[in-house]
Amino acid sequence: METSFTPLASLGGGILIGCAAVCLMLLRGRIMGATGILSGAIWPASRYDWTWRAAMLAGMFAGPWIYFALTGALPEIEVPSATPLLIFGGLLVGVGVTLGSGCTSGHGVCGMARLSPRSFAATATFMLTTGLTVYVIRHVLGG
Amino acid sequence: MRTFLTVLTGALFGTGIAMSGMANPAKVINFFDVAGSWDPSLAFVMGGAVIVTFIGYRLVLRRPKPVFEPTFDIPTNRTLDAKLLTGAATFGVGWGIAGFCPGGALPALGTLDSRVMVFVAALIAGMFVTRLLMNWATPRTQPAE
Repeated sequence: METSFTPLASLGGGILIGCAAVCLMLLRGRIMGATGILSGAIWPASRYDWTWRAAMLAGMFAGPWIYFALTGALPEIEVPSATPLLIFGGLLVGVGVTLGSGCTSGHGVCGMARLSPRSFAATATFMLTTGLTVYVIRHVLGG
Repeated sequence: MRTFLTVLTGALFGTGIAMSGMANPAKVINFFDVAGSWDPSLAFVMGGAVIVTFIGYRLVLRRPKPVFEPTFDIPTNRTLDAKLLTGAATFGVGWGIAGFCPGGALPALGTLDSRVMVFVAALIAGMFVTRLLMNWATPRTQPAE
């Protein structure tokens, strides 16, 4: 499945993601990690702790619709994997981000930006295993 | 006001994800498919986000405290352990299979796309099971917060 190279939109999106991370630190003093926001919204440590995460999630859900208002189209979502693989992948992501205390936003963006050695190690590890997995699925198994 | 501005922050993140292509598994998987239909776009997402956050954090963390909270709440653990690396490696395998990461999928959930809902349900199930096993493996001597 080919996708077109979109350097400007991707850079613009990345800058907005960075601005959101900075805003969350400025306003609430928190790292913006999707894993922590989701798990803390489902299994909150306290009611107060739940509120900011639920607020972030509500805003995040509005994101595609703000994009729609700006561009006239919802973002493209093309899923190459069949449903059983999507479920298997989702389970592995859930296990991995819980054990590894974070994902692309928490480790890859916020953690690397604050030069955390754990986040550098985690990001290097998951980028490597994601690349190997895609290689095996596409070029060894021929999916 | 505090909650309203936090919702706006989430909306900024969600709009960035939508614009960047991170909510599109085909684009994510193509970023990693260097040997095939390579699409380098996501390097620009990561690059833009990390540079803005790197500079922004340095400015913000000069403040004595955040606007709405008494203290900054930043992880202090700096030790690399097997749990971190095993988790990151497992996350990568799942990301390569499904094409969604949590930050890409959560904003996409706003479109009520059934495939995103399936992924997020599986993601939450994986988190739930892992939390159970972790709690079982390390019994707490003190009550949780």
